Amino acid sequence: MQNVGDWFDQRLQLGTPIRATMAHPVPRQTASWFYVFGSAALTVFTLQLVTGILLAIVYVPSAGEAWSSLQILNHAISLGWFIRALHGWGSNFMIAIVLIHMVQVFLFGAHKFPRELTWVIGVLLLLMTLGMAFTGQVLRFDQDAYWGLGIGVSISSRIPVLGPWLVSLLLGGPIIAGATLSRFFALHVFVIPGLLIAFVVVHLLLVLKLGINEWPMPGRVVRRATYLQEYQQLTHGAQGVPFVPVAVWKDIFFSGFILLSIAACAAILGPFGPGGAPDPTIIQTAPRPDFFFLWLYAVLSLLPPSLETPALLIGPAVVLLVLLGLPFVSGEGEKSWQRRPIAVLTILLLAVALGTFTHLSGYAPWSPAMDAWSSDPIPPQYLKGRTALQRQGALVFQVKQCHNCHALDGHGGQRGPALDAVAVRLTQDQLIRQVIQGGGNMPAYGKNLSPAETTALVAFLETLHPAGQASARDASRAVALSTSGDGSFSPRP
Amino acid sequence: MTVTDGLSRRTLLVRLGIGFNVLVAALLGVPIVRYILSPVTRERRPGYESWLSLGSVDQFPAGQTRFATYRNPVVSPWDGETATIGCWVRHVDGEKFQVFAINCAHLGCPVRWFPQSSLFMCPCHGGAYYADGSRASGPPERGLFEYSHKIVAGKLLIKAGEIPTPGDVAGIAAEKPSCA
Repeated sequence: MQNVGDWFDQRLQLGTPIRATMAHPVPRQTASWFYVFGSAALTVFTLQLVTGILLAIVYVPSAGEAWSSLQILNHAISLGWFIRALHGWGSNFMIAIVLIHMVQVFLFGAHKFPRELTWVIGVLLLLMTLGMAFTGQVLRFDQDAYWGLGIGVSISSRIPVLGPWLVSLLLGGPIIAGATLSRFFALHVFVIPGLLIAFVVVHLLLVLKLGINEWPMPGRVVRRATYLQEYQQLTHGAQGVPFVPVAVWKDIFFSGFILLSIAACAAILGPFGPGGAPDPTIIQTAPRPDFFFLWLYAVLSLLPPSLETPALLIGPAVVLLVLLGLPFVSGEGEKSWQRRPIAVLTILLLAVALGTFTHLSGYAPWSPAMDAWSSDPIPPQYLKGRTALQRQGALVFQVKQCHNCHALDGHGGQRGPALDAVAVRLTQDQLIRQVIQGGGNMPAYGKNLSPAETTALVAFLETLHPAGQASARDASRAVALSTSGDGSFSPRP
Repeated sequence: MTVTDGLSRRTLLVRLGIGFNVLVAALLGVPIVRYILSPVTRERRPGYESWLSLGSVDQFPAGQTRFATYRNPVVSPWDGETATIGCWVRHVDGEKFQVFAINCAHLGCPVRWFPQSSLFMCPCHGGAYYADGSRASGPPERGLFEYSHKIVAGKLLIKAGEIPTPGDVAGIAAEKPSCA
């Protein structure tokens, strides 16, 4: 056995450099559970490569057949569903781990001198990972993928001058069809993975050449003039330990744990979709992006229309510029997060913002509840003891689909305000005006309601106030009525 | 040959060799770029749009808005269902029609017509439009995209063939929001 090994090493001459790399000294404190995310990302990337190739054996990148081939994978091929699930869950884990890795290196000041380029390549790797997530969602060619592409090209089309060209280039033709899927297949399977592999190699080489970021100590300040020497002391002095085996065992265990978690999610929760067939004539659909793009879905819904195009076009450029420029702006100074309150606050703010948007997208309050008018009845307490006209108004409320946007007693759409106490806020005249003219993001119903329907509807809305609170009244009308009588000022109670 | 100005014969040959390869690469680059840009350049020559029939006008009763589909004029054999596109036909009265693209003017999701409230609503980000396609509420900056149409021999024809986007790729006339 030894002889065979020697025979190969004599020719390959890889043994010595590999042993040297494995045993390269790292600062003792970096043998930490905080330093395992980079290697875990590499492990999951490898899993994605393997499962991706396995899926490519069966998947057909044709708009007419992709969806059926996914059904075959799910149902007709032994454990095809499991490989799909591994790839899908691997993708989610990949993004999560990459983000955690990024937050960790940022909070530990790893982007500072001399590791600026490592950070910049890391940012590019994040972009490619997100690119893989988006193109991967397209390859799961279902309704969400189809309309998701529509959203992608609608955003691209807003780029000045180049927009329309870019749309044709992305789609490979005039519409979302066969050419589009082929393009995204090439991107997802050849172009982006190729770039990813190349950049991962450079990223790893830089980590090896420059050394792993030392554990940041409050007060140990990075200076370009002295840093390299200080780092040398950390690795080659008494604090230096060989990467293998002192640090690596934690990486190995964490990677194994992550792989097991992905396998468990895949086995228990199964593969993602595919959802409905990608038939654009089936419009009874509510397209949603995958988990890691849900925040964007919420942002696109909540931005004011006038801000949207600038935000869409300038926002990503600004974010990218900030990320890429970060190590050059703050290349020196404190590394420890304990001395970098703004860094910590930025991360917290981003986490809260992204978390909030993701949570909001779970129930999409900005979208009308399309079936509320036929599935959520008027609460009985709003009908008891009402006049015929008011009940007729309740009927108008349902039939004209007011319920799709306005909740009553917690049921119905959340696009507009809940109307349980609308009579307290708006007088009769204001209600009529609001219904007929709309405004404040409400459509005008003047053309769609007969005067009788409007009268009935407003009569019903006027009953919507809490038991102890009176309806809103027009004070000026009261004054006008009373002044027309005796000329004295006596507002009604 | 002696080295006089730091440029030996060998170095010159290497540089010439590199220059030669750059030239060949540029020559190869032209067809590659043209191949990649084919969907863009093709669009500019004959155009993707043509007149398509949505069927007899009798299918669209006056005063109603109905769903219609057409087969995209530019198709590949492997397009499958994706080449069949939907649209909304509003028959105002007589010869007056409006044909709206299915795609929301915000980000392209499929809008649905609700005759009860006379609104088009989008399931994605909450856009809503009036019966005439003008913007009612939500994130869209404009009304629904509208196809040019004409009636020939009792058939309703529309000019279509390209996905409408807010960047106005197809040059589909922008529907000015009318005062409601």
